[in-house]
Amino acid sequence: MGTRPVLPALALGLALAAVGCGGAGGDEDGTTLTVYAAASLTDTFEQVADRFEAEHDGVEVELALGGSSELAAQLVEGAPADVFASADTPTMDRVVDAGLTAGDPQPFASNTLQVAVPPGNPAGIGSLDDLGADGVRVVVCAPEVPCGAAARRVAEAAGVSLSPVSEEQKVTDVLAKVTTGEADAGLVYVTDVVAAGDAVDGIEVPEAAEVVNVYPVATLADSDDPDLARAFVDLLLGPTGQRVLADAGFAPAPVP
Amino acid sequence: MSGTTDTTTGGRPGVPSWLLAPAALGAAFVLLPLVAVVARVDWTDFGSLVTSEASRAALSLSLRTSLVSTLLCLLLGVPMAVVLARLRFPGQGVLRALVLLPLVLPPVVGGIALLYTFGRRGLLGETLEVLGVQVAFSTAAVVLAQTFVSLPFLVVSLEGSLRSGSERYEVVAATLGAGPTTVFRRVTLPLVLPGLFSGTVLAFARALGEFGATVTFAGSLQGTTRTLPLEIYLRRESDVDAAVALSLVLVVVAVVVIGVARPGRAAS
Repeated sequence: MGTRPVLPALALGLALAAVGCGGAGGDEDGTTLTVYAAASLTDTFEQVADRFEAEHDGVEVELALGGSSELAAQLVEGAPADVFASADTPTMDRVVDAGLTAGDPQPFASNTLQVAVPPGNPAGIGSLDDLGADGVRVVVCAPEVPCGAAARRVAEAAGVSLSPVSEEQKVTDVLAKVTTGEADAGLVYVTDVVAAGDAVDGIEVPEAAEVVNVYPVATLADSDDPDLARAFVDLLLGPTGQRVLADAGFAPAPVP
Repeated sequence: MSGTTDTTTGGRPGVPSWLLAPAALGAAFVLLPLVAVVARVDWTDFGSLVTSEASRAALSLSLRTSLVSTLLCLLLGVPMAVVLARLRFPGQGVLRALVLLPLVLPPVVGGIALLYTFGRRGLLGETLEVLGVQVAFSTAAVVLAQTFVSLPFLVVSLEGSLRSGSERYEVVAATLGAGPTTVFRRVTLPLVLPGLFSGTVLAFARALGEFGATVTFAGSLQGTTRTLPLEIYLRRESDVDAAVALSLVLVVVAVVVIGVARPGRAAS
């Protein structure tokens, strides 16, 4: 065996190094704060992260956004992060039960469901009762994920039996089915309707007010910089964070 | 030469020894994740996890839709492969590239494309709606998504077989007075049967594993559109053990499919 075995090994090494560099970018000249946040927090957390970076020189906030259940599963499997913000309490509890949080989670916002319809409301939806009517194509989240659990409770509160044409994995998938006009209506968060702008119309349903999803946030025990993680949570709970959240349609967290 | 193992047997050139290590690494890279899945399976509850109502509905839907998709692939793909392999016409190269596009296209892009074709507000969707045909959120949408992504597999396999040598037999048959249909039925088809078989099995396997286009275009509802891959992805949210158990089912199906398809490949 001459020097040739080096070549493929070198190529593999280079490839891995290139991938590794992409992931750890920004580590060299500052600190990176990794924040895991529910998909429904995408816009707001990007704004809060910008503010945080402006206030803390040399700090870069890296947002990992996705379905709360999925993020919780990643954390439990050992993904390194500093802060976790979940779209509901049961999902946060899974991370707490795994002993991964530092201190008690704090509620920072709440969200309710609304009926989203394509612009102009072609199917003429006016109430939750209309969603149960024959021939109306309703899309909801699957009961396994927070928005689906909430949808089920809203329907129960209204005494309506829904027969959805699809049960999606993520609230954004429900919204997509409505914006493309495939569905006549979908149950999504108020904040999703706000974020979608002109792409959908929102219809308020009184029964939805009874089912409130509370968003908790917690710093994580294996954070490299607990003070910085704490500072991010403080910004979120303070006036700056709360204003950003309110602008996006979130309601304040319930007072305990 | 140094760096070459001299294992020449029966006149076959040996394999350079420095290829062995990366080859073994590659094999380990493919096999290790499968071992990891098997290691994670919760065997005590395996039976109940894979036979739950949701699992059975997903498996049965997957098998039914994949069979129909494979049939559609045969009906459309065989003529496509024959036309591409035997006829000469302007723009053929471009057409072949375009037809094979789903092979390299991310399935989710395929799903979006199908949505804007057969969706309610799509190119054909409005006409279909007037005719009373609703594709979106139906099992038919799953079949369309699967056929879209599987068709190129069949066309590629069969076209390859058609190009590798049966043409001169066809010419002979034609000179002896056989018409095009007779030549196709009696000469072409029997010669490419192994390629057709492996292409069909590959198309079936691709249909069975379809996820991206289905979730984008068809939606997800138990018994109607939630195929096994979609069920696995959803289970992961709430019941990891069930997701792992169902993953193993798909791994086993895949192994069986490859085992069935291999003899065909070897013969062609």
